[in-house]
Amino acid sequence: MVHFTAEEKAAITSIWDKVDLEKAGGETLGRLLIVYPWTQRFFEKFGNLSSAQAIMGNPRIRAHGKKVLTSLGLAVQNMDNLKETFAHLSELHCDKLHVDPENFKLLGNVLVIVLSTHFAKEFTPEVQAAWQKLVAGVANALSHKYH
Amino acid sequence: MVNFTAEEKGLINGLWSKVNVEDIGGEALGRLLVVYPWTQRFFDSFGNLSSASAIMGNPRVKAHGKKVLTSFGEAIKNLDNLKSALAKLSELHCDKLHVDPENFKLLGNVLVIVLAGHFGKEFTPEMQAAWQKLVVGVATALSHKYH
Repeated sequence: MVHFTAEEKAAITSIWDKVDLEKAGGETLGRLLIVYPWTQRFFEKFGNLSSAQAIMGNPRIRAHGKKVLTSLGLAVQNMDNLKETFAHLSELHCDKLHVDPENFKLLGNVLVIVLSTHFAKEFTPEVQAAWQKLVAGVANALSHKYH
Repeated sequence: MVNFTAEEKGLINGLWSKVNVEDIGGEALGRLLVVYPWTQRFFDSFGNLSSASAIMGNPRVKAHGKKVLTSFGEAIKNLDNLKSALAKLSELHCDKLHVDPENFKLLGNVLVIVLAGHFGKEFTPEMQAAWQKLVVGVATALSHKYH
C-alpha cells in the first residue's frame, strides 16, 4: 500500500485546492486523446474528434474530463486508502468499460503535464514528485480489481 | 524508423529555439534525480544530493544537465536519423556508463514536464504530442546499440 508523508499530502492539496476541475479535466482528457490517439476508441460517441482543435473544443470531452478529475478528487481526500476508494471504479473500468489499465498511467502522465503548464514555478520538483506518486497510486488502485 | 511530419518538425524546432539549454537541462536532470531517486546512483561523485533543494542547486547537476540537453539539441538537428546521430552515445551509455535504458524514458518524461512548466499555454496539445514523439525517438535511439 502506498504511503504519503505529511509533506507529500500538503504538496498535493496545495495544488489541488486551486485546480479548476472543468478546465483541467477537459484539458487533460483532451490531451490524452491527442497525444495517444488510440484512446479515442473509448469516446467514439462523443462527436467530433477529427483534429486537435475539435477535441479540445468538444463539450462532451470537457464534461467527461471534469467527471474524471472529480473522481481524482476522491483520491486526494483518501490518499491513505486508494485501493478501497477506487474499488468500484476499478470494477467498472474492467467489467463494463474494458479499458486497458495502461491507459490509467497515460492519463496520470498527461495530468502531471497539464498541472505543470498551469502552475509553472509553483509546480516544484517536490510537488511534481508527490503528484507523480499520487497518479501512480491511483493507476494501481484502478487496476486492482481487474481480472 | 520514426518519421516526423513537417508540422511536427516545425513545432519541435520552434520551441527549441527558445530553450535555454542550461536552465532547462539543469531543471530536467535535477527533477529526474528528485522524482526518481535511484537515478542518483549514476551521480555519486557529484557532491551534495541530500535534498531536493541541494540537488536543484548543485552546480555539477546543472552543468551535466546542460551537457545532456546539448546532446538533445544535436538529436533535434537529425530528426530523420536519430539512431545514427545517437549511435556513439548509445554505446557509451551501455559500455561505459551502464545506464538502464528505462531511464532514458524517465528523463524524456521529465523534460516534457519541465517544458510544459516553462512554456505554459504555448505548450499546446500538438506541441506536447510532437515532443513526446521526439523523446520516445531519442530514448529508442539511445537504446539501439545496447547489447
